[in-house]
Amino acid sequence: MAEITYLQAISDALRTEMRRDERVFVIGEDVGVYGGAFKVTQNFQEEFGPWRVIDAPLAETAIVGGATGAAIMGMRPVAEMQFADFVSCAWDHLVTIAAKQRWRAGTPVPIVLRLPSGGGFSGGPFHSQNPESSFAHIPGLKCVCPATPADAKGLLISAIEDPNPVLFFEHKHLYRRIKGEVPEERYTTPIGKARTHREGTDISVITWGAMVYTAEEAAQQLDNDGVSVEIVDLRTVMPWDKAAVLESVRKTSKVIVLHEDTRTGGFGGEIAATIAEEAFEDLDAPVRRIAAPDTPVPFAPLLEKAFIPQVEDVVKGLRELAEY
Amino acid sequence: MAIAREAEPVGSLSEVRDAGLDREDLLGIYRNMILTRGVEERGHILYKQGKIPGSFYTGRGNEAAAVGVATAMAPDDVGTPLHRDMGVHIVRGVEPWRILAQFMARQDGPTHGRDGNVHLADARLGLIAMVSHLPAMLPVATGAALAFRIREERRVAVGWFGEGASARGDAHEAMTFAGTRKLPIVYVCDNNQWAYSTPTHLEYATEHVADRAQSYGFEGVVVDGTDVLAVYREATRAIEKARNGDGPTLLECVTLRMEGHAVHDDAFYVPKVMFERWAENDPIERFRTWLRTNADMTDEEESHISESVKKVLNDALERAEASPQPDPSTLLEGVYATPEDLDTPHHK
Repeated sequence: MAEITYLQAISDALRTEMRRDERVFVIGEDVGVYGGAFKVTQNFQEEFGPWRVIDAPLAETAIVGGATGAAIMGMRPVAEMQFADFVSCAWDHLVTIAAKQRWRAGTPVPIVLRLPSGGGFSGGPFHSQNPESSFAHIPGLKCVCPATPADAKGLLISAIEDPNPVLFFEHKHLYRRIKGEVPEERYTTPIGKARTHREGTDISVITWGAMVYTAEEAAQQLDNDGVSVEIVDLRTVMPWDKAAVLESVRKTSKVIVLHEDTRTGGFGGEIAATIAEEAFEDLDAPVRRIAAPDTPVPFAPLLEKAFIPQVEDVVKGLRELAEY
Repeated sequence: MAIAREAEPVGSLSEVRDAGLDREDLLGIYRNMILTRGVEERGHILYKQGKIPGSFYTGRGNEAAAVGVATAMAPDDVGTPLHRDMGVHIVRGVEPWRILAQFMARQDGPTHGRDGNVHLADARLGLIAMVSHLPAMLPVATGAALAFRIREERRVAVGWFGEGASARGDAHEAMTFAGTRKLPIVYVCDNNQWAYSTPTHLEYATEHVADRAQSYGFEGVVVDGTDVLAVYREATRAIEKARNGDGPTLLECVTLRMEGHAVHDDAFYVPKVMFERWAENDPIERFRTWLRTNADMTDEEESHISESVKKVLNDALERAEASPQPDPSTLLEGVYATPEDLDTPHHK
């Protein structure tokens, strides 16, 4: 098995599906000649031609609305937003049409939206957001947030196969930083199944995306305190693996829900509420949330560090819970 | 100064024959226009009887525009008709009883009571169901055209919008994209001169909506939307041009809104003289007169058409009223599609 980056795993998945299924095509800004702002589709146009790797005008509504129409006509579009932040320009088409067309009119919309998301490199308010919670709230959409290269490949292939609109949040900070062993052959990773990133017995951390690695570093520090931390990588936020979360909580009886998105109305609130409803008797401490504060994402490195949950924030939270 | 081409009206029967319509086609078009209005008139009565929940919209005055364009479409072409385009559903063959069931939120309506009014479509007939956000269906129709282009199929997409919705960015983005890629699509603007209560001079500053086509790199055409034969001729030209790989057209049908925005709206803001002028230009009356003058439509033919439409509507009403209410226990079904759901005529 080869060790490749998170970004290479995404390219690999996309290339695999485009070779296998001629209905799959890529559309987005600068995805063709340039190979995508992050080079996920580098050399794709040479292999698949300009009508399967389509350089669109700077028009997110046309890209997502167009993908929707093409999907209804039997294609399997994979649309790229140059940054996840720009999906706001296509909100209407996702939420008004793609999410509702199956339920309302019996017409499924099998599209994938690739959304380079997340902060950590001074992208500022418009190149750093994690908007998954906003979309998880919309019945009819699926939200996928892989943390590892192997999951990035398997989940992207599942997303392309899925008959629904799937938002694929690929964390930019993981693109080249995270490497892992990824099978060369085609495989799928099921949407809606969590992964135990790290086994533990004392406290559960429920998280996804880049925060898996923040939690991992924090958990290692807690090892020195003799506190055993379990990390559940949700992998997909909608649908989310409630059973896996409840099982982990029942085992440890203390839980932190951690996400990079802002706190109020963030998806962590839904998870915390579910734990309170369904595992109250198993808890030995209040459910705790660690998330970004309710502000836009700042630009200055020091401000951004204060915004994105850091290892020391998680360590502090874990210690407080351990002592509760 | 108009930039778009202003289309000539249709004159004689021989001109119509040049456009590819025989006498039987003409009577069929007339019947479709009558049936279109009839379905909406029945809907209006049902609304007044309290049998239609929510609000109710009609396209009275838009029958020629809708029927004319739909008649020009080939069976494999695809369209996204809107709330003034009942005629498109009628021409494509949606059964009137299912439309009335939709109005009444019954189980046998195309959306099974999940959506109302003309928010319906039959995938088997090449239609995609509209949403209320206008003109959000234009990028979707553009995407359908993109699929045809990628697969090199000789099929055309038709996307409808109104002059009010022409202000929104969706129209601009869709036409920009279609222009750059010369996609096989026809954009049809039903310009009924009122966006709810807002008149055209507060909606756009050009002479015609179709004037904008030049800026997207394709042809704009303005046609009298009460002249069904002129609409048909121009729609045919635009659709066949798209089919032959020569790119999009923006076809603006200048039409009428003979009623308020919806049933609750008495349209007090529309000058009385305008309603009088519209009544004189009623597209159905206009075509009836043309048929009698130019195609020798007889009294017998005319009454045969109106009687057969009346029978269709009576039967439709009976069947729609017998359709059950949707079952609340099904509410949660189908939020997410299963792979089997992709087995539709569209997705194939």
